[in-house]
Amino acid sequence: MATLWTGISMEESFVFAGFGGQGVILTGKLLAQAGADYGLQVTWLPSYGPEMRGGTANCTVILSNEPIGSPVVDNPTALVAMNLPSLDRFEKTVAKAGTILINSSLVARPTERDDVRVLNVPANDIAVSLGNSQAANMVALGAIIKATGIISLELIKSTMVRMLSHKDSANLIAVNQQALEAGYSAL
Amino acid sequence: MTGNEAMAEAAIRAGCRAYFGYPITPQNEILEYMAGHIPAVGGAFIQAESEIAAINMCYGASAAGVRTMTSSSSPGISLKMEGISYLAGADLPCVIINVARGGPGLGNIAPAQGDYFQATKGGGHGDYRMIVLGPATIAEAIELVMLAFDLADKYRVPVMVLSDGMLGQMMEPIMLPEPVDPTLLPAKPWALSGARGRDPNVVTSYFIDPGDLNRINTQRQSRYHQIEENEIRYRETETSDATIIIVAYGAVARIARTVVVMARSQGIKLGLVQPITLWPFPYAPLRALSSQVNTILTVEMSAGQMVEDVRLAVADRAKTPFYGELGGLVPTPKDILREVKRNVS
Repeated sequence: MATLWTGISMEESFVFAGFGGQGVILTGKLLAQAGADYGLQVTWLPSYGPEMRGGTANCTVILSNEPIGSPVVDNPTALVAMNLPSLDRFEKTVAKAGTILINSSLVARPTERDDVRVLNVPANDIAVSLGNSQAANMVALGAIIKATGIISLELIKSTMVRMLSHKDSANLIAVNQQALEAGYSAL
Repeated sequence: MTGNEAMAEAAIRAGCRAYFGYPITPQNEILEYMAGHIPAVGGAFIQAESEIAAINMCYGASAAGVRTMTSSSSPGISLKMEGISYLAGADLPCVIINVARGGPGLGNIAPAQGDYFQATKGGGHGDYRMIVLGPATIAEAIELVMLAFDLADKYRVPVMVLSDGMLGQMMEPIMLPEPVDPTLLPAKPWALSGARGRDPNVVTSYFIDPGDLNRINTQRQSRYHQIEENEIRYRETETSDATIIIVAYGAVARIARTVVVMARSQGIKLGLVQPITLWPFPYAPLRALSSQVNTILTVEMSAGQMVEDVRLAVADRAKTPFYGELGGLVPTPKDILREVKRNVS
Protein backbone atom coordinates (compact mmCIF):
# COMPACT_ATOMS: atom_id res chain seq x y z
CA MET A 1 0.00 0.00 0.00
CA ALA A 2 1.32 3.39 -0.93
CA THR A 3 1.72 6.21 1.51
CA LEU A 4 1.45 9.76 0.35
CA TRP A 5 4.60 11.75 -0.22
CA THR A 6 3.80 13.60 2.97
CA GLY A 7 3.72 10.23 4.71
CA ILE A 8 0.04 10.53 5.63
CA SER A 9 -2.50 7.76 5.10
CA MET A 10 -5.60 9.40 3.74
CA GLU A 11 -8.11 9.92 0.97
CA GLU A 12 -8.58 13.18 -0.91
CA SER A 13 -11.44 13.87 -3.29
CA PHE A 14 -11.32 16.75 -5.76
CA VAL A 15 -13.96 18.44 -7.86
CA PHE A 16 -12.61 20.51 -10.74
CA ALA A 17 -15.32 22.70 -12.27
CA GLY A 18 -15.47 25.49 -14.80
CA PHE A 19 -16.55 26.55 -18.26
CA GLY A 20 -16.10 24.05 -21.05
CA GLY A 21 -12.76 25.00 -22.64
CA GLN A 22 -11.08 25.98 -19.35
CA GLY A 23 -9.46 22.56 -19.22
CA VAL A 24 -10.99 21.19 -16.02
CA ILE A 25 -11.42 17.70 -17.51
CA LEU A 26 -7.73 17.57 -18.54
CA THR A 27 -6.66 18.98 -15.18
CA GLY A 28 -8.49 16.20 -13.36
CA LYS A 29 -7.03 13.58 -15.70
CA LEU A 30 -3.56 14.89 -15.03
CA LEU A 31 -4.00 14.69 -11.26
CA ALA A 32 -5.49 11.17 -11.53
CA GLN A 33 -2.63 10.00 -13.76
CA ALA A 34 -0.03 11.49 -11.42
CA GLY A 35 -1.71 9.72 -8.50
CA ALA A 36 -1.64 6.42 -10.38
CA ASP A 37 2.02 7.02 -11.31
CA TYR A 38 2.69 7.46 -7.61
CA GLY A 39 1.07 4.10 -6.84
CA LEU A 40 -2.14 5.45 -5.35
CA GLN A 41 -5.63 4.16 -6.00
CA VAL A 42 -7.43 6.69 -8.19
CA THR A 43 -10.75 7.25 -9.93
CA TRP A 44 -11.63 9.95 -12.46
CA LEU A 45 -15.31 10.57 -13.19
CA PRO A 46 -16.26 13.26 -15.71
CA SER A 47 -19.54 14.99 -16.23
CA TYR A 48 -20.37 14.00 -19.79
CA GLY A 49 -23.57 15.80 -20.64
CA PRO A 50 -23.87 17.55 -24.00
CA GLU A 51 -21.22 20.02 -22.81
CA MET A 52 -19.56 22.38 -25.22
CA ARG A 53 -17.26 25.36 -25.11
CA GLY A 54 -18.94 27.97 -22.93
CA GLY A 55 -21.11 25.40 -21.15
CA THR A 56 -20.16 23.96 -17.77
CA ALA A 57 -17.96 20.95 -17.15
CA ASN A 58 -16.66 19.19 -14.09
CA CYS A 59 -14.90 16.04 -12.99
CA THR A 60 -14.36 14.23 -9.71
CA VAL A 61 -10.97 12.75 -8.85
CA ILE A 62 -10.29 10.55 -5.83
CA LEU A 63 -6.77 9.70 -4.66
CA SER A 64 -6.50 7.15 -1.90
CA ASN A 65 -4.23 4.52 -0.47
CA GLU A 66 -7.22 2.20 -0.03
CA PRO A 67 -9.28 0.61 -2.84
CA ILE A 68 -11.95 3.10 -3.96
CA GLY A 69 -15.59 2.04 -3.96
CA SER A 70 -17.75 4.95 -5.03
CA PRO A 71 -16.30 7.32 -7.63
CA VAL A 72 -19.27 9.55 -6.78
CA VAL A 73 -18.56 11.88 -3.86
CA ASP A 74 -21.08 13.64 -1.60
CA ASN A 75 -18.55 15.94 0.06
CA PRO A 76 -15.27 16.53 -1.79
CA THR A 77 -12.29 17.54 0.35
CA ALA A 78 -11.18 20.03 -2.30
CA LEU A 79 -13.00 22.16 -4.86
CA VAL A 80 -11.35 24.05 -7.69
CA ALA A 81 -13.90 26.59 -8.92
CA MET A 82 -12.69 28.13 -12.15
CA ASN A 83 -15.82 30.27 -12.61
CA LEU A 84 -18.79 31.64 -10.65
CA PRO A 85 -21.40 28.99 -11.63
CA SER A 86 -18.99 26.32 -10.35
CA LEU A 87 -18.62 28.05 -6.99
CA ASP A 88 -22.40 28.51 -6.77
CA ARG A 89 -23.02 24.86 -7.51
CA PHE A 90 -20.36 23.09 -5.44
CA GLU A 91 -19.51 25.50 -2.58
CA LYS A 92 -22.02 23.95 -0.16
CA THR A 93 -20.88 20.40 -0.86
CA VAL A 94 -17.25 20.79 0.24
CA ALA A 95 -16.38 18.81 3.38
CA LYS A 96 -15.79 20.70 6.61
CA ALA A 97 -12.13 21.70 6.95
CA GLY A 98 -11.80 21.06 3.22
CA THR A 99 -10.30 23.46 0.68
CA ILE A 100 -11.96 25.74 -1.85
CA LEU A 101 -9.72 27.22 -4.51
CA ILE A 102 -11.37 30.16 -6.23
CA ASN A 103 -10.13 31.46 -9.54
CA SER A 104 -10.29 35.08 -8.36
CA SER A 105 -9.56 36.39 -11.86
CA LEU A 106 -13.09 35.44 -12.87
CA VAL A 107 -14.99 35.06 -9.59
CA ALA A 108 -15.73 38.35 -7.86
CA ARG A 109 -17.57 37.15 -4.79
CA PRO A 110 -16.03 35.60 -1.68
CA THR A 111 -17.19 32.23 -0.41
CA GLU A 112 -20.01 32.03 2.13
CA ARG A 113 -18.30 29.19 4.01
CA ASP A 114 -16.34 29.88 7.19
CA ASP A 115 -15.52 26.25 8.00
CA VAL A 116 -13.21 25.58 5.06
CA ARG A 117 -9.85 26.85 3.93
CA VAL A 118 -10.30 29.34 1.09
CA LEU A 119 -7.58 30.08 -1.44
CA ASN A 120 -8.03 32.97 -3.81
CA VAL A 121 -5.74 32.43 -6.78
CA PRO A 122 -5.94 34.78 -9.80
CA ALA A 123 -5.30 31.88 -12.15
CA ASN A 124 -6.11 33.68 -15.39
CA ASP A 125 -4.04 36.76 -14.49
CA ILE A 126 -1.07 34.59 -13.61
CA ALA A 127 -1.47 32.61 -16.83
CA VAL A 128 -1.70 35.80 -18.90
CA SER A 129 1.48 37.07 -17.27
CA LEU A 130 3.14 33.87 -18.51
CA GLY A 131 1.88 34.57 -22.00
CA ASN A 132 -0.98 32.04 -22.30
CA SER A 133 -4.36 32.57 -20.65
CA GLN A 134 -5.29 28.98 -21.50
CA ALA A 135 -2.83 27.74 -18.88
CA ALA A 136 -5.03 29.02 -16.02
CA ASN A 137 -6.07 25.42 -15.27
CA MET A 138 -2.43 24.45 -14.67
CA VAL A 139 -1.96 27.43 -12.34
CA ALA A 140 -4.94 26.22 -10.32
CA LEU A 141 -3.62 22.64 -10.33
CA GLY A 142 -0.20 23.79 -9.11
CA ALA A 143 -1.86 25.68 -6.27
CA ILE A 144 -4.21 22.88 -5.19
CA ILE A 145 -1.50 20.22 -5.04
CA LYS A 146 0.53 22.49 -2.79
CA ALA A 147 -2.50 23.23 -0.60
CA THR A 148 -3.44 19.56 -0.21
CA GLY A 149 0.09 18.20 -0.20
CA ILE A 150 -1.06 15.05 -1.95
CA ILE A 151 1.26 15.05 -4.98
CA SER A 152 4.64 16.67 -5.38
CA LEU A 153 5.25 19.42 -7.94
CA GLU A 154 7.97 17.35 -9.62
CA LEU A 155 5.64 14.39 -10.11
CA ILE A 156 2.79 16.42 -11.55
CA LYS A 157 5.24 18.14 -13.93
CA SER A 158 6.69 14.90 -15.20
CA THR A 159 3.21 13.38 -15.64
CA MET A 160 2.10 16.47 -17.57
CA VAL A 161 5.12 16.26 -19.88
CA ARG A 162 4.31 12.63 -20.63
CA MET A 163 0.58 13.23 -21.15
CA LEU A 164 1.07 16.18 -23.48
CA SER A 165 4.10 14.85 -25.35
CA HIS A 166 1.95 13.59 -28.25
CA LYS A 167 0.90 17.19 -28.86
CA ASP A 168 4.40 17.69 -30.25
CA SER A 169 4.82 21.17 -28.90
CA ALA A 170 7.77 22.02 -26.69
CA ASN A 171 6.31 25.49 -26.23
CA LEU A 172 3.01 24.13 -24.95
CA ILE A 173 4.79 21.95 -22.42
CA ALA A 174 7.04 24.82 -21.30
CA VAL A 175 4.06 27.15 -20.71
CA ASN A 176 2.22 24.49 -18.75
CA GLN A 177 5.31 23.75 -16.69
CA GLN A 178 5.71 27.43 -15.84
CA ALA A 179 2.01 27.64 -15.01
CA LEU A 180 2.22 24.70 -12.61
CA GLU A 181 5.24 26.28 -10.92
CA ALA A 182 3.60 29.71 -10.74
CA GLY A 183 0.46 28.21 -9.17
CA TYR A 184 2.56 26.27 -6.70
CA SER A 185 4.40 29.44 -5.70
CA ALA A 186 1.26 31.57 -5.55
CA LEU A 187 0.32 30.26 -2.10
CA MET B 1 -8.09 4.51 -20.39
CA THR B 2 -11.85 5.00 -19.99
CA GLY B 3 -14.09 2.02 -19.20
CA ASN B 4 -15.29 2.01 -22.80
CA GLU B 5 -11.76 1.89 -24.20
CA ALA B 6 -10.77 -0.79 -21.69
CA MET B 7 -13.72 -2.99 -22.73
CA ALA B 8 -12.77 -2.58 -26.40
CA GLU B 9 -9.14 -3.50 -25.70
CA ALA B 10 -10.31 -6.50 -23.63
CA ALA B 11 -12.40 -7.70 -26.59
CA ILE B 12 -9.38 -7.53 -28.89
CA ARG B 13 -7.30 -9.39 -26.32
CA ALA B 14 -10.06 -12.02 -26.06
CA GLY B 15 -9.56 -12.72 -29.76
CA CYS B 16 -12.43 -10.65 -31.18
CA ARG B 17 -11.64 -10.17 -34.87
CA ALA B 18 -14.88 -8.71 -36.19
CA TYR B 19 -16.54 -5.66 -34.62
CA PHE B 20 -19.61 -3.92 -35.99
CA GLY B 21 -21.17 -0.85 -34.40
CA TYR B 22 -23.11 2.35 -34.80
CA PRO B 23 -22.49 5.53 -32.79
CA ILE B 24 -24.51 6.41 -29.71
CA THR B 25 -23.52 8.19 -26.49
CA PRO B 26 -22.23 7.07 -23.96
CA GLN B 27 -20.54 4.13 -25.74
CA ASN B 28 -18.87 5.93 -28.68
CA GLU B 29 -15.35 5.33 -27.36
CA ILE B 30 -15.79 1.58 -27.96
CA LEU B 31 -16.49 2.19 -31.64
CA GLU B 32 -13.68 4.73 -31.87
CA TYR B 33 -11.18 2.44 -30.14
CA MET B 34 -12.10 -0.52 -32.32
CA ALA B 35 -11.76 1.60 -35.47
CA GLY B 36 -8.25 2.52 -34.38
CA HIS B 37 -7.03 -0.82 -33.05
CA ILE B 38 -8.77 -3.91 -34.44
CA PRO B 39 -7.31 -3.52 -37.97
CA ALA B 40 -3.80 -3.73 -36.45
CA VAL B 41 -4.45 -7.34 -35.35
CA GLY B 42 -6.00 -8.29 -38.70
CA GLY B 43 -9.57 -7.79 -37.52
CA ALA B 44 -12.55 -6.27 -39.32
CA PHE B 45 -14.18 -3.00 -38.28
CA ILE B 46 -17.34 -1.71 -39.90
CA GLN B 47 -19.35 1.30 -38.84
CA ALA B 48 -22.66 -0.12 -39.98
CA GLU B 49 -25.56 1.87 -41.41
CA SER B 50 -27.65 1.09 -38.32
CA GLU B 51 -27.67 -0.88 -35.08
CA ILE B 52 -29.81 -3.53 -36.78
CA ALA B 53 -27.27 -3.94 -39.57
CA ALA B 54 -24.45 -4.22 -37.02
CA ILE B 55 -26.03 -7.08 -35.05
CA ASN B 56 -26.83 -8.95 -38.27
CA MET B 57 -23.22 -8.52 -39.42
CA CYS B 58 -22.31 -10.19 -36.13
CA TYR B 59 -24.63 -13.06 -37.11
CA GLY B 60 -22.69 -13.51 -40.34
CA ALA B 61 -19.25 -13.25 -38.75
CA SER B 62 -20.22 -15.63 -35.96
CA ALA B 63 -21.62 -18.17 -38.43
CA ALA B 64 -18.22 -18.06 -40.14
CA GLY B 65 -16.60 -19.00 -36.83
CA VAL B 66 -15.04 -15.65 -35.88
CA ARG B 67 -15.20 -14.14 -32.39
CA THR B 68 -17.43 -11.12 -32.92
CA MET B 69 -18.87 -8.24 -30.94
CA THR B 70 -21.18 -5.26 -31.22
CA SER B 71 -21.86 -2.51 -28.70
CA SER B 72 -24.44 0.18 -28.21
CA SER B 73 -26.43 2.00 -25.56
CA SER B 74 -30.01 1.41 -24.49
CA PRO B 75 -32.06 2.76 -27.47
CA GLY B 76 -29.62 1.08 -29.86
CA ILE B 77 -29.78 -2.18 -27.91
CA SER B 78 -33.56 -2.18 -28.36
CA LEU B 79 -32.98 -2.15 -32.12
CA LYS B 80 -30.65 -5.16 -31.81
CA MET B 81 -33.19 -7.33 -30.01
CA GLU B 82 -34.49 -9.03 -33.17
CA GLY B 83 -30.92 -9.91 -34.13
CA ILE B 84 -30.18 -11.27 -30.65
CA SER B 85 -33.21 -13.56 -30.90
CA TYR B 86 -31.93 -14.83 -34.28
CA LEU B 87 -28.43 -15.40 -32.85
CA ALA B 88 -29.97 -17.38 -29.99
CA GLY B 89 -32.18 -19.32 -32.41
CA ALA B 90 -29.20 -20.23 -34.60
CA ASP B 91 -27.01 -21.13 -31.57
CA LEU B 92 -24.45 -18.49 -32.50
CA PRO B 93 -21.93 -17.05 -30.03
CA CYS B 94 -21.72 -13.26 -29.94
CA VAL B 95 -20.80 -10.61 -27.37
CA ILE B 96 -22.99 -7.51 -26.99
CA ILE B 97 -21.97 -4.60 -24.76
CA ASN B 98 -24.72 -2.31 -23.50
CA VAL B 99 -23.39 0.93 -21.99
CA ALA B 100 -26.82 1.69 -20.60
CA ARG B 101 -28.35 5.16 -20.35
CA GLY B 102 -31.59 6.75 -19.19
CA GLY B 103 -34.83 5.58 -20.79
CA PRO B 104 -37.43 4.69 -21.96
CA GLY B 105 -37.40 6.09 -25.48
CA LEU B 106 -34.55 8.44 -26.24
CA GLY B 107 -34.30 9.17 -22.50
CA ASN B 108 -30.96 10.81 -21.84
CA ILE B 109 -27.26 9.97 -21.87
CA ALA B 110 -26.76 9.62 -18.10
CA PRO B 111 -26.02 6.26 -16.39
CA ALA B 112 -29.07 4.05 -15.71
CA GLN B 113 -30.09 0.44 -15.02
CA GLY B 114 -33.51 0.39 -16.63
CA ASP B 115 -32.49 -2.29 -19.15
CA TYR B 116 -32.30 -5.18 -16.65
CA PHE B 117 -35.64 -6.69 -17.68
CA GLN B 118 -34.78 -6.38 -21.36
CA ALA B 119 -31.39 -8.03 -20.87
CA THR B 120 -32.29 -10.81 -18.45
CA LYS B 121 -35.87 -11.66 -19.39
CA GLY B 122 -35.47 -11.62 -23.17
CA GLY B 123 -36.05 -8.40 -25.10
CA GLY B 124 -36.38 -10.41 -28.28
CA HIS B 125 -39.01 -13.03 -29.12
CA GLY B 126 -39.00 -16.75 -28.49
CA ASP B 127 -37.81 -19.14 -25.80
CA TYR B 128 -34.26 -17.96 -25.45
CA ARG B 129 -31.87 -16.90 -22.72
CA MET B 130 -28.83 -14.67 -22.84
CA ILE B 131 -25.99 -14.73 -20.32
CA VAL B 132 -25.81 -11.24 -18.79
CA LEU B 133 -22.70 -10.03 -16.92
CA GLY B 134 -22.69 -6.87 -14.77
CA PRO B 135 -19.27 -5.30 -14.06
CA ALA B 136 -18.89 -2.78 -11.20
CA THR B 137 -15.34 -1.59 -11.91
CA ILE B 138 -13.19 -1.24 -15.01
CA ALA B 139 -11.04 -4.15 -13.86
CA GLU B 140 -14.19 -6.30 -13.62
CA ALA B 141 -15.36 -5.03 -17.02
CA ILE B 142 -12.11 -6.26 -18.62
CA GLU B 143 -12.36 -9.63 -16.87
CA LEU B 144 -16.03 -10.04 -17.83
CA VAL B 145 -15.56 -9.08 -21.48
CA MET B 146 -12.86 -11.79 -21.70
CA LEU B 147 -15.18 -14.24 -19.94
CA ALA B 148 -18.10 -13.28 -22.19
CA PHE B 149 -16.26 -14.52 -25.28
CA ASP B 150 -15.36 -17.81 -23.60
CA LEU B 151 -18.91 -18.43 -22.37
CA ALA B 152 -20.42 -17.46 -25.73
CA ASP B 153 -18.25 -20.02 -27.53
CA LYS B 154 -18.62 -22.71 -24.87
CA TYR B 155 -22.42 -22.65 -24.83
CA ARG B 156 -23.04 -21.17 -28.32
CA VAL B 157 -25.14 -18.33 -26.92
CA PRO B 158 -25.15 -14.54 -27.15
CA VAL B 159 -23.65 -12.95 -24.03
CA MET B 160 -24.31 -9.38 -22.92
CA VAL B 161 -22.02 -7.25 -20.79
CA LEU B 162 -24.48 -4.86 -19.11
CA SER B 163 -22.49 -1.77 -18.24
CA ASP B 164 -23.63 1.82 -17.83
CA GLY B 165 -22.58 5.34 -18.68
CA MET B 166 -20.67 5.86 -15.46
CA LEU B 167 -18.43 2.84 -15.94
CA GLY B 168 -18.04 3.61 -19.65
CA GLN B 169 -16.91 7.20 -19.12
CA MET B 170 -14.81 6.97 -15.96
CA MET B 171 -11.13 6.04 -15.61
CA GLU B 172 -9.15 4.11 -13.03
CA PRO B 173 -5.87 2.18 -13.14
CA ILE B 174 -6.09 -1.30 -14.67
CA MET B 175 -3.94 -4.28 -15.57
CA LEU B 176 -4.57 -5.69 -19.03
CA PRO B 177 -4.55 -9.48 -19.42
CA GLU B 178 -2.34 -11.34 -21.89
CA PRO B 179 -3.93 -11.49 -25.35
CA VAL B 180 -5.55 -14.71 -26.56
CA ASP B 181 -4.30 -16.10 -29.87
CA PRO B 182 -7.53 -16.71 -31.82
CA THR B 183 -5.88 -19.44 -33.90
CA LEU B 184 -5.38 -21.50 -30.72
CA LEU B 185 -9.04 -21.37 -29.62
CA PRO B 186 -11.13 -24.57 -29.70
CA ALA B 187 -12.33 -25.48 -33.21
CA LYS B 188 -15.90 -24.72 -34.26
CA PRO B 189 -16.90 -27.74 -36.37
CA TRP B 190 -20.39 -26.26 -36.86
CA ALA B 191 -19.10 -23.07 -38.51
CA LEU B 192 -19.53 -22.16 -42.18
CA SER B 193 -15.87 -22.48 -42.97
CA GLY B 194 -16.13 -23.88 -46.52
CA ALA B 195 -17.59 -27.35 -47.16
CA ARG B 196 -14.81 -28.73 -49.35
CA GLY B 197 -14.34 -32.39 -48.41
CA ARG B 198 -17.20 -32.51 -45.93
CA ASP B 199 -20.99 -32.25 -45.77
CA PRO B 200 -22.26 -28.65 -45.67
CA ASN B 201 -23.08 -27.11 -42.29
CA VAL B 202 -26.36 -25.26 -41.90
CA VAL B 203 -26.75 -22.28 -39.57
CA THR B 204 -30.38 -21.23 -39.23
CA SER B 205 -33.09 -20.44 -36.73
CA TYR B 206 -35.81 -21.61 -39.15
CA PHE B 207 -37.36 -25.04 -38.46
CA ILE B 208 -40.73 -25.33 -40.20
CA ASP B 209 -41.57 -28.72 -38.69
CA PRO B 210 -42.90 -28.34 -35.11
CA GLY B 211 -41.28 -31.62 -34.11
CA ASP B 212 -37.88 -30.40 -35.31
CA LEU B 213 -38.23 -27.06 -33.54
CA ASN B 214 -39.41 -28.81 -30.38
CA ARG B 215 -36.29 -31.02 -30.41
CA ILE B 216 -33.90 -28.10 -31.14
CA ASN B 217 -35.49 -25.92 -28.46
CA THR B 218 -35.42 -28.71 -25.90
CA GLN B 219 -31.72 -29.29 -26.55
CA ARG B 220 -31.10 -25.57 -26.17
CA GLN B 221 -33.01 -25.46 -22.90
CA SER B 222 -30.80 -28.22 -21.53
CA ARG B 223 -27.77 -26.06 -22.35
CA TYR B 224 -29.41 -23.16 -20.51
CA HIS B 225 -29.85 -25.50 -17.57
CA GLN B 226 -26.12 -26.32 -17.67
CA ILE B 227 -25.35 -22.59 -17.63
CA GLU B 228 -27.55 -22.19 -14.54
CA GLU B 229 -25.73 -25.11 -12.91
CA ASN B 230 -22.18 -24.00 -13.72
CA GLU B 231 -21.88 -20.28 -14.35
CA ILE B 232 -23.51 -18.35 -11.50
CA ARG B 233 -21.12 -15.68 -10.23
CA TYR B 234 -21.54 -13.15 -7.44
CA ARG B 235 -19.44 -11.33 -4.87
CA GLU B 236 -20.14 -11.09 -1.14
CA THR B 237 -18.71 -8.31 1.03
CA GLU B 238 -18.95 -8.36 4.85
CA THR B 239 -21.96 -10.70 4.87
CA SER B 240 -20.83 -13.20 7.53
CA ASP B 241 -22.14 -11.22 10.53
CA ALA B 242 -24.51 -8.90 8.64
CA THR B 243 -28.03 -8.15 9.84
CA ILE B 244 -28.85 -6.13 6.75
CA ILE B 245 -27.60 -6.69 3.22
CA ILE B 246 -27.63 -4.52 0.12
CA VAL B 247 -28.08 -6.26 -3.23
CA ALA B 248 -26.74 -4.14 -6.09
CA TYR B 249 -25.03 -4.70 -9.42
CA GLY B 250 -22.87 -2.61 -11.73
CA ALA B 251 -22.12 1.01 -10.83
CA VAL B 252 -24.42 0.89 -7.80
CA ALA B 253 -22.51 -2.08 -6.38
CA ARG B 254 -19.26 -0.14 -6.23
CA ILE B 255 -20.99 2.85 -4.63
CA ALA B 256 -22.47 0.41 -2.11
CA ARG B 257 -18.96 -0.84 -1.22
CA THR B 258 -18.29 2.64 0.17
CA VAL B 259 -21.62 2.52 2.01
CA VAL B 260 -20.59 -0.74 3.72
CA VAL B 261 -17.46 0.97 5.09
CA MET B 262 -19.48 4.03 6.22
CA ALA B 263 -22.19 1.91 7.89
CA ARG B 264 -19.71 -0.37 9.65
CA SER B 265 -17.91 2.69 11.08
CA GLN B 266 -21.26 3.68 12.61
CA GLY B 267 -21.89 0.24 14.10
CA ILE B 268 -24.40 -0.98 11.49
CA LYS B 269 -23.73 -4.57 10.45
CA LEU B 270 -24.19 -4.02 6.73
CA GLY B 271 -23.13 -6.50 4.05
CA LEU B 272 -23.27 -6.44 0.26
CA VAL B 273 -24.11 -9.02 -2.38
CA GLN B 274 -23.17 -8.08 -5.94
CA PRO B 275 -24.68 -10.39 -8.56
CA ILE B 276 -22.12 -10.62 -11.37
CA THR B 277 -24.16 -12.95 -13.57
CA LEU B 278 -27.56 -11.25 -13.82
CA TRP B 279 -28.69 -14.25 -15.83
CA PRO B 280 -28.24 -16.81 -14.45
CA PHE B 281 -29.19 -14.96 -11.27
CA PRO B 282 -27.68 -16.07 -7.93
CA TYR B 283 -30.98 -17.15 -6.36
CA ALA B 284 -29.50 -19.88 -4.14
CA PRO B 285 -26.85 -17.76 -2.33
CA LEU B 286 -29.43 -15.05 -1.63
CA ARG B 287 -31.89 -17.66 -0.40
CA ALA B 288 -29.21 -18.98 1.96
CA LEU B 289 -28.43 -15.50 3.33
CA SER B 290 -32.08 -14.56 3.72
CA SER B 291 -32.61 -16.64 6.85
CA GLN B 292 -29.54 -15.04 8.51
CA VAL B 293 -30.48 -11.36 8.07
CA ASN B 294 -33.50 -9.19 8.84
CA THR B 295 -33.46 -7.09 5.71
CA ILE B 296 -32.25 -7.37 2.13
CA LEU B 297 -32.30 -3.92 0.53
CA THR B 298 -32.10 -3.81 -3.25
CA VAL B 299 -30.64 -0.62 -4.75
CA GLU B 300 -30.85 0.10 -8.47
CA MET B 301 -30.80 3.01 -10.89
CA SER B 302 -34.28 1.94 -11.99
CA ALA B 303 -37.85 1.81 -10.70
CA GLY B 304 -37.21 -1.72 -9.43
CA GLN B 305 -36.29 -4.52 -11.83
CA MET B 306 -33.65 -6.80 -10.27
CA VAL B 307 -35.60 -6.51 -7.01
CA GLU B 308 -38.13 -8.94 -8.52
CA ASP B 309 -35.43 -11.60 -8.74
CA VAL B 310 -34.28 -10.78 -5.21
CA ARG B 311 -37.84 -11.24 -3.94
CA LEU B 312 -38.13 -14.55 -5.82
CA ALA B 313 -35.01 -15.74 -4.00
CA VAL B 314 -35.86 -14.37 -0.56
CA ALA B 315 -39.65 -14.91 -0.49
CA ASP B 316 -40.84 -13.98 3.02
CA ARG B 317 -37.71 -15.02 4.91
CA ALA B 318 -36.53 -11.39 5.22
CA LYS B 319 -37.85 -7.92 4.49
CA THR B 320 -37.05 -6.87 0.90
CA PRO B 321 -37.33 -3.09 0.58
CA PHE B 322 -36.25 -1.28 -2.57
CA TYR B 323 -34.48 2.03 -3.21
CA GLY B 324 -34.08 3.34 -6.73
CA GLU B 325 -33.13 6.52 -8.56
CA LEU B 326 -34.65 7.16 -11.98
CA GLY B 327 -33.86 9.16 -15.06
CA GLY B 328 -30.08 8.89 -15.02
CA LEU B 329 -29.55 10.13 -11.45
CA VAL B 330 -26.78 8.24 -9.65
CA PRO B 331 -27.37 7.59 -5.94
CA THR B 332 -24.52 8.85 -3.76
CA PRO B 333 -23.10 6.95 -0.76
CA LYS B 334 -25.06 9.23 1.60
CA ASP B 335 -28.32 8.56 -0.28
CA ILE B 336 -27.88 4.81 0.11
CA LEU B 337 -26.74 5.05 3.75
CA ARG B 338 -29.90 7.03 4.53
CA GLU B 339 -32.00 4.18 3.10
CA VAL B 340 -29.99 1.62 5.08
CA LYS B 341 -30.62 3.56 8.32
CA ARG B 342 -34.31 3.91 7.53
CA ASN B 343 -34.53 0.13 7.27
CA VAL B 344 -32.45 -0.58 10.37
CA SER B 345 -34.44 1.57 12.80
